[in-house]
This record gives sequence, structure tokens and C-alpha cells, in this order.
Amino acid sequence: MEFSELIRTGQAQAELLRGPEMPPLRGTLCVTGHHLLLSPGPQATPDLWLLLLRSVDSIEKRVAGDAGTITLRCKDLRVLQLDIEGVEATLDIARSIEALSSLESVITSFPFFYRPKGLRLGESWHFHPPERYYKRVARETRAWRLSEANEDFSLCPSYPRAVIVPRAVDDDALARSARFRQGGRFPVLSYYHAPSGTVLLRSSQPLTGPQKRRCTEDEELLQAVLAGARPGARGFIVDTRSAQAAKQARMTGGGTEAKSAYPGWKRLHRPLERGRPLQESFVHLVEACGDLEQSMDRWLSRLDGCRWLSHVKEALSTACLAAQGMEWEGACILVHGAEGTDSTLLVTSLAQLILDPLSRTMAGFQELIEREWIQAGHPFQLRCAHSAFSHTRPKHEAPIFLLFLDCVWQLGRQFPLSLEFGEGMLLALFDHSYASPFGTFLCNSEKERCLCEVRTRTHSLWSGLNQPKEQRKLRNPLYAPNPLAIWPSVEPQSLRLWQGLFLRWTHPPEPSEVAWEKVWQIATDQEKTEGSQPTDSASEPQP
Amino acid sequence: MPFSGSDGVWNTCSDGECKNFRIVHFIVPRERDCHDIYNSLLQLSKQAKYEDLYAFSYNPKQNDSERLRGWQLVDLAEEYKRMGLPNSNWQLSDANRDYKICETYPRELYVPRIASKPIIVGSSKFRSKGRFPVLSYYHQNKEAAICRCSQPLSGFSARCLEDEHLLQAISKANPANRYMYVMDTRPRHRMQSWWATQKDIGRIIVRISSKIWNDKKIRESDGKKRLNAMANRAAGKGYENEDNYSNIRFQFVGIENIHVMRSSLQKLLEVNGTKGLSVSDFYSGLENAGWLRHIKAVTDAAIFLAKAIMVENASVLVHCSDGWDRTSQVCSLGSLLLDPYYRTIRGFMVLIEKDWISFGHKYSDRCGHLDGDPKEVSPVFTQFLECVWHLTEQFPQAFEFNEAFLLQIHEHIHSCQFGNFIGNCQKEREELKLKEKTYSLWPFLLHDQKKYFNPLYSSTSQKLAVLEPNTVSFNFKFWRNMYHQFDRTLHPRQSVFNIIMNMNEQNKQLQKDVKDLESQIKQHKNKQTDGVLTKELLKSVRPESPALKTSLCLKEQTLLPVKDALRTVEGSSPADNRYSEYADEFSKAEPAVVSSEYGVARMTC
Repeated sequence: MEFSELIRTGQAQAELLRGPEMPPLRGTLCVTGHHLLLSPGPQATPDLWLLLLRSVDSIEKRVAGDAGTITLRCKDLRVLQLDIEGVEATLDIARSIEALSSLESVITSFPFFYRPKGLRLGESWHFHPPERYYKRVARETRAWRLSEANEDFSLCPSYPRAVIVPRAVDDDALARSARFRQGGRFPVLSYYHAPSGTVLLRSSQPLTGPQKRRCTEDEELLQAVLAGARPGARGFIVDTRSAQAAKQARMTGGGTEAKSAYPGWKRLHRPLERGRPLQESFVHLVEACGDLEQSMDRWLSRLDGCRWLSHVKEALSTACLAAQGMEWEGACILVHGAEGTDSTLLVTSLAQLILDPLSRTMAGFQELIEREWIQAGHPFQLRCAHSAFSHTRPKHEAPIFLLFLDCVWQLGRQFPLSLEFGEGMLLALFDHSYASPFGTFLCNSEKERCLCEVRTRTHSLWSGLNQPKEQRKLRNPLYAPNPLAIWPSVEPQSLRLWQGLFLRWTHPPEPSEVAWEKVWQIATDQEKTEGSQPTDSASEPQP
Repeated sequence: MPFSGSDGVWNTCSDGECKNFRIVHFIVPRERDCHDIYNSLLQLSKQAKYEDLYAFSYNPKQNDSERLRGWQLVDLAEEYKRMGLPNSNWQLSDANRDYKICETYPRELYVPRIASKPIIVGSSKFRSKGRFPVLSYYHQNKEAAICRCSQPLSGFSARCLEDEHLLQAISKANPANRYMYVMDTRPRHRMQSWWATQKDIGRIIVRISSKIWNDKKIRESDGKKRLNAMANRAAGKGYENEDNYSNIRFQFVGIENIHVMRSSLQKLLEVNGTKGLSVSDFYSGLENAGWLRHIKAVTDAAIFLAKAIMVENASVLVHCSDGWDRTSQVCSLGSLLLDPYYRTIRGFMVLIEKDWISFGHKYSDRCGHLDGDPKEVSPVFTQFLECVWHLTEQFPQAFEFNEAFLLQIHEHIHSCQFGNFIGNCQKEREELKLKEKTYSLWPFLLHDQKKYFNPLYSSTSQKLAVLEPNTVSFNFKFWRNMYHQFDRTLHPRQSVFNIIMNMNEQNKQLQKDVKDLESQIKQHKNKQTDGVLTKELLKSVRPESPALKTSLCLKEQTLLPVKDALRTVEGSSPADNRYSEYADEFSKAEPAVVSSEYGVARMTC
């Protein structure tokens, strides 16, 4: 397929309005295969303005007289307005943007063409999360092994090639257990909590069905987990659906673990919102945030009505529950919902941030996202196909990953010194998960990424972010390593709307940015003065 | 804890609820003791006379001259001089020297030079409680003034020529602009509802006002405002008749009265006191309480005032009913927006002393220091502090002080430990001989000012000379650190302010060290000593600093500097967190893992 077929018109004269605080740009507008370019005339600044077409969420066109206006609503929640000379040109450009921004093919997407300076293709994918993580676990305990039973993705298409499982369970048993779990997602290790010797597992729902089927291998697998932890250890299964929803799932072949079949394990139900209701909550919140004129009461009732902060609270408190179970009860925790690719990952990754100081470092957080979201098979392509402005009816879209980032932001607000990364990192992750020049968030699973050769043909987001020039935006200048668990408060008074994201474009917080710059300056001043002393003394000995 | 800080005591389990939003539980083993304690607390928290308040027995071991110096720390005469007064247009009036004209005003008042004493006296008779228009703040560059007064007692058709004269004088005292604003801070709909009950008068008003409407061009205000003004005038109180005051523009801003504010705060506190509060209940509670809406209204009024002066060069006269609640809020907040001096620690003290204490904000009544009329109690000053807090949130670099400073001031308007906030007006304070019998708060705050510094403060930034806050609804947030000041479970576990402050201090120390070392090296070079000695010297002066950084951040940090903090390592106990209710499910098998008393603030001092 050729992009040129979709491009109706090459260029037009246009003016771009980017919100109240930014000056408008005038110049020649140009549509290319992946980008919208605006090149200002020679008299103005030489910078090109560039927008990835993939980040356009919805497009509106209006014509009046011999000019037209296109309103672009982007997936990063920005709203842009283009005033274009010529009715024909406006319509053509609108049609071209519409066609190009909704292309579904992965291998013609921009990451496959993006070749930034300073990065080499082969070097960028240095992550092998399950393997690396296994090394960490193996240092602490012998009860687990790295299984390559899923080498060809035959057991579970949404798992990576290698997974960590109890040493006592062989690959055949894994295969049987996989057949008993939806999508083949049998219980695997998510996190080993060294201080208490307990583990966090994740899976999908068991396929008990209306006949209340059982699977010996699956039962043995969970028994082996308890046996490997410590004598007499108990287990908790955190189901992210309500008890009723879990029961109803039996009618469609799913269900929950029967109490009698899994001695030592106890089930807890913590319903978390997912799917369409979550997407709608996101859409309503963004709508409310776009209205600058509304009264105080209207704003508060819309904030309440969209229920987004309730979802944040539920997610955080469920993660705290899981973390508390491990740290204080010495229990093993298995988390699953239905498919085990959404709210399950939300809970396991948040629990790790609360408990594990390493995952709060820059490198550790990237590894956590790679291991617990990307490799663990969160279907990014489906979930992030559209953001909050899309007019199409949501099918698979849900801002689960955004909810995760919001929870992390709340953690960072309550523990401003304990995360090595700052708000900038979370914003970058949000932007890139919806539209990115990098390949990291492409596809829905490791299997699909292998088919598309993402690793060899695109650059990894991490190599982009880890360049020194990006660091100032992403890091938290106040970070000081904290070896303890961080228990957030989940009271409504402690949770706040993430203004940096939801109001990023409508309401630019200029004064606080300047203040943040000052914090950076103080922090780096300190490093400098601390660092300068030894060099002073070292360089000055000669008279 | 001073007893006067207590707001309500219940007998149930001897719970105390304090005015600084702290809840204290005493667990008393014997029921009779419990009753006794309860009764004593009840009595002690409601003193009958001023002399029983804590301030009169508080003794910080200072001698009389120190005490006097403390009281002289904030000198309003000095402050008016700083504004550039007196000048060719404004002068100090001795009309109220003996509190003869207005009991609730201070002795020293600034009025336009051309306003003679008979005019002042005449105007004061026309204004409620004799609070005639006087100067509150003078903007030297714009030559415009913020003035304040109470509502006119105009009656249905009465007018007062002296009052009109005085307003003209204020207007003329500003050479830069022909017109001035009169800002009425009361809301329109209150007047409307009143009007609805007075239908007969209403009808007359409609007729009259439509006549005015036809007769004269309507300037800024729309017809409704005019009707309301007429309505109030019919009650014998109310608004100036616009026709009698030329060159004056009337502006109405809707700030609710003290009773609405009191019940609004009560609703807010009720919501927050609920255990196991859901997000939904919290936000619908916030909405129903209307507290943030009121905060926004006050801020909007102050912004209007500041803009009138900055953009239009116009003088503004602010009034509400009595001119000591909403008027104080708007005047002081407006000055704060206009003048960076008031955003310093010392300047903020001056501002409170000027617009609140000296102009007769009734602290004792509003804070319920004595056992008095509960209808007089209202969180007007708390509201002002919250508006300031919202500004500090929006302009993190514009204020020399931090949140802890605001909280500390709030603490002391209720504590009655110091004399500043006792009494309702200056006259009363003089009669109580507060300056001889009690101490001033300000020197104590200044002594501890290190705790109250904002490390991000940038005093030189030109951009922050005049603040132009954005009052879009998103900007108003629940002030957790005020209303849950003592609820440690809800606080951020680490304080950014403290850590930045420490970094700043360390930077200064390190830079000083570097300088010292450099000068020593120079000396040694001059003396031609050998390098070995220099090296040793350098080692000997190296300070032992950076360890501080890591050790501090592991501690939980309370905002108010508590004397002996019961500080624990952060997150050390999940019982500190309110999600521990979920842990009940765990503990069915293994009980007593989690204390059931979560969310109860413990007393730490």
C-alpha cells in the first residue's frame, strides 16, 4: 500500500492555534505518510512544527467562505486548531489526516521508519525481563525455575517465551494448567518478596464453567507455591471482580477456584472497574477538564460523576491489600480477574512499587513496565487505539495503563522523595503508549511483536528515554533511596486529580514549572558544591 | 493545649473536637473521672470573661521592655509611611482620636486632605456603626487607594450630602482617574429573596427604578443590581443611590454572610469526619458544603479590586454590611495581590495587623473566645488564610512564607496564648490593657522564622510583582493540611519543603566552606608553605554534611513543628493507613493484627 494514495493534497497555507498561552504559527502545512508538518515562512523561526498523525484522536472540519478550520483532538489530550486557506484544500487535508491516522497495519507504522540520530537499531532492545528477573529471584530462593515451555507461544499466546514457575512443577503440568486457564494464562511468578519470602503470582480465571470442572495440575501448581514459600504458609487469591460477577462468569465457562480444591488458599473479591465503564469514566473526566467556564459546583459534581478518582482509590487499595498480605501476613498472593491482562497487571505492578525499592528507581521502573505490562501481555494496541476524544464507539479501548500511571503519580505525590522518576516520566509513558515513534508499545503481545519483528526493526522507547538529554525532564531531583515499603493513604482527601496530565494543555501551570526549575537548580547546586570540594583539594596541592 | 481552643465536647467517650480541627480522644478508666474531666473541660473551654483567657497567665519569661518591644514590632504608622502617606492628597485625621466617631475603628485614620472634619462626622452618621470611608491601602505608583467603610443607612429616599462629599473627595484624591468604584461584597440573591417578601415595597421600587432606567444611561451595572440596591435602600440600609454619586461605578460581588460561611464549614467538617469516606461522598460533600465556591468568590472579589487599580487606575471603596468581615477579606487579599511586601513574613503580619486587627474584625466573637453568642462565630479569617494558601499553591515562588506559617497563625487566633487576637476592636483591647498584660505573637513567629521560610521564594522576580491568579474551578482544592492537620495518616509521608530547605542550607554551608578553603589556600600560597601541609589542612576542615539528606527523608515529617514529635519511620505500620479495614479479611484467621482504631489522630504534645 502506498501512503501517497491516501494523501489528497500535498500542502496548503495555514495558521495553527495551540491554546491560549502559545503564539499562533503561520506557514505551509504539509501532510506526509506519518506526519503533519507546518513549516513557517523564512522570516519566522526556522523550526518545523511536527505532529505524528497516529496521535490524532478525532478530527473536525468546518468551512466558511474561502477558508476552513480543522480541529484536531490528540490522544495526549491536546486540542489544536488549523485555519487553512481554501475550502478544497481544507477538505482534502482533513480527509488525508483521517485516513492516515486510522491506519491499522503495524508494520507500516512510523516506528518502522523512525531512525533517530545517535541510536543504533541493534542495540536498543537490551531488556530480557523474565530472564533478568529470574536471576534476581534465584539469588534468594531455589523454589523457582525459569521455564521455556512457552518457547513457541503454544501454551499461552499472550505470555513471553520464558516464565518463572515453581521448581516442583514440570512443563507438562504447566501445559495442563494452561488449558484450564482462560487464554492459557496459568499462574506465574510476578514478584518475589525477599524480606518475607512470599510471592506474588498472576494468572487468568480458571475455566471451571457451570460443571465446576477441576484441574489437578493447576491445584498442584498452587500447592507447590505454598510449599516453596515456607512451612504453613497461607495463600490469598485476590479476584478483581465482585463475587457475583465471578459466579456469573461460570455460565460462560469461566469462574473461580473452588475452596475445597485449593486448601490453604482463600479467595478475596475486590471489584475493579475495567473495559467500557473505565473508558467512559476517562472520557467524562476529560470533557469536564475541557470546560474552563464552569462553576465550582458544576466542576465538583462532574469530578464526582466521572468516578475516575474512585477507580484510582480502588486500584491503590487493592494493591495495598495484596502488598499487605505479603509483607504483614506472610502470605502468598495470586491475582487474577477474567483475562488477567488488565486489572490483574494493575494490581501486581502497583503492589511491587509499594514493596520493592528497586522498582522505584529509573531503571527498575522501566523494567517493571517491560516485565509486568509489555511482556505480560497487556494488549496495548487494542486498549490504546483511541483516547478520550474519539467519536467511534469504544470496542476494546480502556485506559488501564493510564490508571496505573495515575496511581503511580499519587504515590509520588505522597512520597515525593521515594521515586527516582518524576511526573515527566509518567507523562512520557502516557504519550508514548497512545502514539509513539518507538516500538515498545506496539502490538498486543510478545508473540505479535515477534511476528512483526519489532525488536529488530524499531527502536526501543527506553533507549530513547535514557539518553542524557532527556534525563532532566524525567527524573525527580529530590530522589533519595528509601529501603522501606511506601504505604499510601487512600482516603479521598489524600487523592488528587492529576492536573499535570488532565489539565496539561487547557491550563498551563507556568509558575509551578518555574518553581520546579528552581528545585532542580537547588538540587544540582548541591551536587555541584558537594562534588567540587574533593576536586578542589585534589587539584590544589602544588604551591 | 490551651483550653480556649476547644470547640465542642461530648460526653460519650470524652471526645474533644478543637477549633484547629484536631480531634482528641481521652480514654479515662473510671466513668466518674471521665464525667469530672468532661465537665471541667466544658467549663474551661468556655470562659466567661477575658481575664480568664490563657494569654493573661501565659508567661514566656520576658521582662517588660522585651514585651513592649514585641508589641512595637508591627508599627502601623511605619506602614502608612511605607505607602507614601501622608502626601498632598491624603492626610492623617485626628477625628477618631478618642474613638468618638467610631468605636470599632483605630485612632489613626487616613482620609482625603480635602475632607474636613464636619464631612467626616456627617458621613459617619450615615454609615452603619459609624464606619465611614477611610483609607486601607495606597498604591503609590498608581496614586489609587483602597478604601473601606460599612453600608450606608440611607433609608428609602434619604441621602447624605456629607457622605457624597467624602466619596467625591476620595475620587478626587486620585488624579489619574475621574471615576472610582464602590464595591459591594454582598451577593445579589440574598437581596432578591428579601425583596420577594416585601412585595409592596418591591412594586414601588420597580416603578422608581424603571424611571431611573429611562432617565439615565445605565453604566456598568444591569437593571437587576439596581433593583436590589433599591430594595435594600427601602429597608433603611443598603446601597448608595447611584444618582447621588456621580463619577462612581458600582460593582456587586457575591460573598455570602457569616452564617452561610459557618454552616458551610460545618458541612465540610462533617463530611471529612466520616469514617470510611468514599470518593463519591467526599466530592458530593465538598459540593454541598459550598466551601470552595465561597473561597473562589472571595478571591474573585480581590482580583476585581486589584484589576481596578492596576488596569484602570481607579480608587476602590469596599464595603459589606458592617465592613469588618467580607470587607477585611477583600481589602487584605487585594493588597496582597498588589504589593509584594505583604507576601513577606513581616509584611503579612503588618497586613493582618492593619486590615484585620486595627480595623476591628471581631476576633473574639468570630472565634468564640468567650462563652458568647454562637451565631457570631464564623470562620471568616480562616477563609482568608485559605485564600492565601490557594495563592501560594498557584504562585509557589511569590511568597516568602510557607504553609506552616499560615497554619501557625490559624492555631494562635484560637489558642488565646497571645494578646493579638483577643477582643473585638482596638478600643476594647486598650481597655483590657493587653499590651501590658499579654504578649504579642509576632516576635515569637519571627524568632522561629526559619521554619516558615519558603525555599522557593524569589523576591526579585518582576513577573510576580502583581499576582494575577486564575480562578478557574480546577484551581480550588481541598486544603488537607488545614482540616486534617493532626491526622497523620492523611499526610504526605515526606515533606518536599523541608528537604529543599535543608538542601538550601547545606548549599550555603558548602559554599561557605569552599570559600574558606580557597582563602586558606591563598594564604598558604603566599607563605610559600609546602603542599603537604595544605593537603592536611584541607582534610581537617572538610565538613561532614551529606548524611543529613538521607536520614531526614526517612522520617515522617509533620508540617507544624511539634515540640517532641512522635515520629516513626514512614509507612512502618499499615495501621496508620485507612485501608487497613480491608485487612480485616486477613485477620479472620489471625486476629488482632491490625488495630481497629485507625484514622484517630493521636495527641502528640
